[in-house]
Amino acid sequence: MKGSSYIEIQNGQNIRIADIPVLDYPEFFNTVEQLMQDTNNHVMIYYAVDCNDYLKYYCCIGNDADHLIKVLAHSHDKSCKILDSITVEVPAFHIFEREIHENFGIQFHGHPWLKPIRWSFDRFNQSSVMDNYPFFTIEGEELHEVGVGPVHAGIIEPGHFRFICNGEKVLHLEIHLGYQHRGVERLFLERKSGLQRAVLSESIAGDTSVAGALVHAQLMESLAGISVSDSLQLERCIALELERIAIHIGDTAALCTDVAYQLGQVVNEALRTTIINTTQFWCGNRFGKGLIRPGGTHYPLSRAVSEQIKSVLADTGRRYCEIADRIYSLPSVLARFDGIGEVTEKQVSDIGAVGMAARSAGLKRDIRQSHPFQYFRQYHFDPVVQSTGDVLARGMLRNLEVRESVRIIGELLKICHESEVKHPVPVPDYKLEPGMFAISVAEAWRGELCHCAITDEKGNLKHYKVKDPSMHNWFALALAVRNQEISDFPVCNKSFNLSYCGFDL
Amino acid sequence: MDLTFDNTMIVSEIKILKSHGIQYVPDLKNATLTELFRGKPEIDNSLTDSEKETLVKLCPTDAFSKDEFGIDLGKCVFCKECSFACGGKIRFTNDYKIAANQRSNLIVTQGRESEFFSETAIRPEIRKLFRNSLKLRQVSAAGDNSCEMELNASGNVNFDMGRYGIEFVASPRHADGIVITGPISQNMAEALQITYDAIPSPKIIILVGSDAIGGGVFEGSKALKRDFIDKYPIDLFVPGNPAHPLTFINGVLKLLGK
Repeated sequence: MKGSSYIEIQNGQNIRIADIPVLDYPEFFNTVEQLMQDTNNHVMIYYAVDCNDYLKYYCCIGNDADHLIKVLAHSHDKSCKILDSITVEVPAFHIFEREIHENFGIQFHGHPWLKPIRWSFDRFNQSSVMDNYPFFTIEGEELHEVGVGPVHAGIIEPGHFRFICNGEKVLHLEIHLGYQHRGVERLFLERKSGLQRAVLSESIAGDTSVAGALVHAQLMESLAGISVSDSLQLERCIALELERIAIHIGDTAALCTDVAYQLGQVVNEALRTTIINTTQFWCGNRFGKGLIRPGGTHYPLSRAVSEQIKSVLADTGRRYCEIADRIYSLPSVLARFDGIGEVTEKQVSDIGAVGMAARSAGLKRDIRQSHPFQYFRQYHFDPVVQSTGDVLARGMLRNLEVRESVRIIGELLKICHESEVKHPVPVPDYKLEPGMFAISVAEAWRGELCHCAITDEKGNLKHYKVKDPSMHNWFALALAVRNQEISDFPVCNKSFNLSYCGFDL
Repeated sequence: MDLTFDNTMIVSEIKILKSHGIQYVPDLKNATLTELFRGKPEIDNSLTDSEKETLVKLCPTDAFSKDEFGIDLGKCVFCKECSFACGGKIRFTNDYKIAANQRSNLIVTQGRESEFFSETAIRPEIRKLFRNSLKLRQVSAAGDNSCEMELNASGNVNFDMGRYGIEFVASPRHADGIVITGPISQNMAEALQITYDAIPSPKIIILVGSDAIGGGVFEGSKALKRDFIDKYPIDLFVPGNPAHPLTFINGVLKLLGK
């Protein structure tokens, strides 16, 4: 099987499209099914590309043990509208098949939940509209439905949650998204300059700007044949870890807000400020926008910046430990976190969850280790894992990851000033190699963020695909709130903190 | 029975409070941001015509105005690439007071002192009714969550805009106005309209961030539906990518005449 039904590449590498094996659908189905029996394998992305009279489907399956990504494909004439659903055998494919169904009208035979996911403006069925989304219903005199959103009570992105409850108990939650759809993937093709695309990559999800820009830069560099120095890669990793620390601390504050522990809230809010102000000190933007660009940087990590990072992390790290130790030993907080919103390791593994959602339920899945990128290729790293899969585990995971990221940055800073190199400035535009496929993945604070690109025979971008970790993980939230009190939904939701705009694109 | 008082709990909270110290920014109108913060731009007179031409082509969001050369802060995403490309003849200063109450005031031109606020254009009922208490409802209409986080931060322990009676509220029924972030997607247009309609009159509209004001990097996407902002008068434009809490707070204070 090996060598004929798929081709193996590394994260951030590209291959000629002609070298990707195109299988018959039954063979593709069987290959995927067999590969997915190996628990080291997980589906990174599966999507279809419109090639005028036919559709070509690309699938990337990452092996977390051998660090290789298996790429395989199948293609069909557009008249073919029905395919057997892989979801029946491998549930982790459910969201990808739904996406393909929405975009191209393909019926996946046997798929249990073939509904639109984001109401993209160029969806196949223009007559299906948001207002008549086919919500799941249960008949019963004892039951009632609760609808929440798209506009929520706080300052938060829009999404709709539909609960079916028996009294206070949630039997079922259906999450209806798409409100944030801006046509991002199409814009990547319409925007012709490299700079426009770089700026766009930072705005797919503004809370993940650094990771977004990093994944995009890595992808474009791979397709343009640009290599960047180790020290620049290292600085990018520092920026990524700063983003992780800032958001994790902010989330800790929000978790405290949801259980009315005010001291935890205000202290963490203030601590988050110190981190994002450090990013601002480095590059002029609190969210790191503009910091990472393909080919070089305008903001090399100077001595002054590195000293600032060091001193802020020393102080903030200490203060975070103080408050975190308090939060996670306070009975009134623990009573609201412990055993609430549980997902099991089997569930997260079945649905293909990634990042924090996976690691908090015992599934060790971290791209920094499994498919290392940038400087993580040279930096040994062991992911933080929790086992209970509840709100407490997701909180604790953040707690431990903040400490770990502080440690990582400390070590990276030591390496970085052993050799001071002058970085090139970013290239505003670049020429891409024609006829190529490339994949770029990074461990953003939520989890695995993946961008794929395909170039045509002239070297223009022919297709651009974005996958936010939330694509896998929203379903984990739906599972977590089953049989929970509906009043625990906010704290469950916050404990995942998934992206609406990253999902809706 | 052990009657010894367990004081470890209180001691640890006191320790935390001590480390926390005083966090609020005492003077929100005169706080200084880091040198590199990308705020109000200044355009040097020595910028040549050919340099201008290069910059117009370079700008990712077409933010340079052509008639009289200037930067439209309603379109600018503050990437600063123009500044790098012309050797600093365009300089982004750390002046964060760039909110304006009229769209045309957002254009910063060469060598002319820009006036972001036209006092006469402020509707009289705004200061009469909202000066001492302004409650706002925020709607993210396809915002990327960075502006939303900055608006949250505006009320946090550091910026604490509540000290001026400015607050975000949960229900549009309790609000005096709406704060919109994001380029306004088709899919969010109806919910935005419903929320706006639910706010009692008189009410104000504030647009926050380049995406909301001019569409930002998403301008021209077929997935957007921006007719809402052409339908109603906008009372305040707060530029930024995302808008800094100090830009937002100072903009609102200026609108309220505080």
